[in-house]
Amino acid sequence: MTPLDHIRNFSIIAHIDHGKSTLADRLIQTTGGLTAREMSEQVLDNMDIEKERGITIKAQTVRLDYTAKDGQTYVLNLMDTPGHVDFAYEVSRSLAACEGALLVVDASQGVEAQTLANVYQSIEHDHEIVPVINKIDLPAAEPEKVKQEIEEIIGLPADGAVLASAKSGIGIDDILEALVERIPAPKGDINAPLKAMLVDSWYDPYLGVVILVRIIDGSLKKGQQVRFMQAGTTHLIDRVGCFRPKIEILDSLGPGEIGFITAQIKEVSQTAVGDTITDAKNPTKTALPGFKEVQPVVFCGLFPVDAADFDKLKESLGKLRLNDASFSFEAENSAALGFGFRCGFLGLLHLEIIQERLSREYDLDLITTAPSVVYHLNMTHGEGSIDLHNPADMPDVTRIESIDEPWIEATIYVPDQYLGAILKLCQDRRGIQKNMTYVGGRVQLIYELPLNEVVFDFYDRLKSISRGYASFDYHQTEYKQGDLVKMTIMVNGEVVDALSMIVHRHAAEGRGRQMCQRMKDLIPRHLFKIPIQAAIGGKVIARETIGAMRKDVTAKCYGGDISRKKKLLEKQKEGKKRMRQYGSVDIPQEAFIAALRMGDDS
Amino acid sequence: MALYIHWPFCLAKCPYCDFNSHVRSGIDQAVWRDALLADMAYEARLTAGRPLGSIFFGGGTPSLMPPETVATLIEAAGRYWKMAADIEITLEANPSSVEADRFQSLALAGVNRLSLGVQALDDESLRFLGRIHNVEEALSALEVAQRAFPRVSFDLIYGRPDQSIEDWQRELKQALAFGTDHLSLYQLTIEEGTRFHSLVRQGQFTPMDGDKAADLFDLTREMTKAAGIPAYEISNHARKNSESRHNLTYWRYGDYIGIGAGAHGRRHHAVTIRHRKPENWLAAIKGQHHGIKEETPITARDQAIEALLMGLRLTEGVDLERIARRTGLDVSEFLDLAAIQYYSDQGLLTFNNGLLRITEQGVLLTDALIREISL
Repeated sequence: MTPLDHIRNFSIIAHIDHGKSTLADRLIQTTGGLTAREMSEQVLDNMDIEKERGITIKAQTVRLDYTAKDGQTYVLNLMDTPGHVDFAYEVSRSLAACEGALLVVDASQGVEAQTLANVYQSIEHDHEIVPVINKIDLPAAEPEKVKQEIEEIIGLPADGAVLASAKSGIGIDDILEALVERIPAPKGDINAPLKAMLVDSWYDPYLGVVILVRIIDGSLKKGQQVRFMQAGTTHLIDRVGCFRPKIEILDSLGPGEIGFITAQIKEVSQTAVGDTITDAKNPTKTALPGFKEVQPVVFCGLFPVDAADFDKLKESLGKLRLNDASFSFEAENSAALGFGFRCGFLGLLHLEIIQERLSREYDLDLITTAPSVVYHLNMTHGEGSIDLHNPADMPDVTRIESIDEPWIEATIYVPDQYLGAILKLCQDRRGIQKNMTYVGGRVQLIYELPLNEVVFDFYDRLKSISRGYASFDYHQTEYKQGDLVKMTIMVNGEVVDALSMIVHRHAAEGRGRQMCQRMKDLIPRHLFKIPIQAAIGGKVIARETIGAMRKDVTAKCYGGDISRKKKLLEKQKEGKKRMRQYGSVDIPQEAFIAALRMGDDS
Repeated sequence: MALYIHWPFCLAKCPYCDFNSHVRSGIDQAVWRDALLADMAYEARLTAGRPLGSIFFGGGTPSLMPPETVATLIEAAGRYWKMAADIEITLEANPSSVEADRFQSLALAGVNRLSLGVQALDDESLRFLGRIHNVEEALSALEVAQRAFPRVSFDLIYGRPDQSIEDWQRELKQALAFGTDHLSLYQLTIEEGTRFHSLVRQGQFTPMDGDKAADLFDLTREMTKAAGIPAYEISNHARKNSESRHNLTYWRYGDYIGIGAGAHGRRHHAVTIRHRKPENWLAAIKGQHHGIKEETPITARDQAIEALLMGLRLTEGVDLERIARRTGLDVSEFLDLAAIQYYSDQGLLTFNNGLLRITEQGVLLTDALIREISL
């Protein structure tokens, strides 16, 4: 156990690409956690997806021993927090486990919206924040301008900002000294009953579920019987340790310390982030504040391209859920896409991550339907209110009194030359401007937006019209009533349920036209004419027609061509494997994906 | 049964052609004659005594073969098989003046039908197609051929880039005026591995778009029908009883022997494929006394599918009962009968008394229809 005044717990707040992982690696290397040979690039981001996208999905910690200039050796616990708003709750729990943070800002890019959200959270946790201006050795570095931004936008004094370059190793010692000097030591009572926070958990094939904990009071050791207060379960601790970043088994963990435990738990769903862990025999009286059950916000259908992969998909989703209790799935049957699953996610990024892991780690070819949000339907005749997760399930309109939709508050940062285009985009998406502030050459916009306008392609559009310079962050606020209708798309007279969507009445015609036009370009010609219609209820609001295919015939075919022709036929038939019925329209998967991307510019 | 003899040499390779043709100098004619005889003798041992309805000399450019070789091969075939009294013996020829000089001797050797690769009736198009003859030569070769052989057919390639409806109408009208009883009219197809394929990929020219090609096809059907030589296959047109009997064997899924470099054949439910490269084929003959590279049995299902692929190209359609008998399969094992019903309701095919036929309305969609109805 480490004395409280020799512990410093901190996290790193940074925008993607601003150098968080490089800095973390450098700190580990400098304090001797790993030899240079053992350092693979960016140690903390374990998953390929994390590495590629530069984001952290699961919280990770590493314990560093640092001998400061005062000659004392301190234990520094670096908490790497999830870096995206989709994981806002997990972030808040990770932050609650720390007393301070390093705010890393790129010396040429300045403060970004996403950084801001995490900084505010960190401030809310009364953290001591040490600004670090990174990449100062780049030619485009403007540390003074960035300091000004930190003061103006965030309202933090930036005099003491450390100038650094994690890549070149500049300023690393200054950062370590600042951590010791400026971040307060944790508080806690070793003699009080055990009180620890469950910060995060994940499934390890060798250890079972590994639980990351922060001890508030008391101590934790092997063989101890503990109780999870929210879950109401008891477990026997069979391992206590920390990461350096390699696993190190410890005798015990005391107040202020961060480490891990294992307790022969099989599923992460039994370990809710934010739960309070206490001693089973001598429990603490009050649980830690701030516990929340996470609810999925964005839903979409996932269907295997090859119907034979259904079981594999089911099994893969189950395996992913072993390690990520925050997404949900239930079986769904679509006339157009066959058997699949309706899945719920914390946000769009979470959706993309799961989708990518399914295709990459489980080698599944998937069709993803349009993401949708959860609507509250207020029913007539005293039927109360129901939650609608899938537009295809919308009940008859006569039974619906009104529909409420979720809204968000979005913070957007954009260089002022793109302001006009961004304002128009927000307006087109029914946004309500709350605030607009000029900071240097940039503008901070606060908008209220309906989430369903954002789940389509808002982020892609924002990036494309600002040439990648705009940054965006949001949090969900409240449900508001909206004039919403269900729009269906009919191909050859049949409703394609996967393309049904809930849209605002005023946007329906435009969306419908766009959708029909798109499907017209994407569906190849068939042997017959194909009408494509968008409709609300029974009323067609847009229509396109794909002309019949006119020519598909081989000019020359003699004795020597037979084998080749047959092989070609087999190949083409293979490509049509998921063909449903003759006379029905074969919609290529690309058509679904592209149609659901809904950009305005093509 | 039919006999196909492949002569793999050409004076120059045409940019659209993906057939097995090679440009070589110093061909030892005696060696090639003997090698073809050996290849034939091998096949004859396996099919001895069967009746032979046709012989086809294809290539390459078989009109470059010495007429004596042609005569020797025909004579040998007559010894090995029971030649029909009215056997059809076709030879493909290029319409150059050199070759026209040999037509008489080829006729004496036994060739009774000539298929002339005219390809186009204007010099600019002939140059585009990489042909070494010009229109004047072609027309005089056609005249010589019509005097020398009882039956003459010629080929044209249409749907060339930038060819207008009017251009083709004029060209086809002129072609019909020669009064041959058979015409092969092919739409230009860009085949993989040809020079045209690379040119298209480099953007040097753009193939005609499908809708326009469809218009030209429809016009072709109309004009040939009006002239009394209607289509009996997708690209082949003939006066009644002047169809190519040899090619009908392929389309009706009959057996055929294929000898020479790269030739395909089918006998006793097995496909035979010979070495493509002339040198390899010659070496095989030397080593194993035949040119076969692969001999693979064809499953009943594949036979049924192949029979459909070929048979549905014919205006007469396919006799499904015959396929069923040949393969021992029930029709429902290789065809989606409900799909057939659906597409006959659409007017794209007809199915009566076991005869499945693609209609005039459906003929341009033959490949797509086969994809839809076959299992």
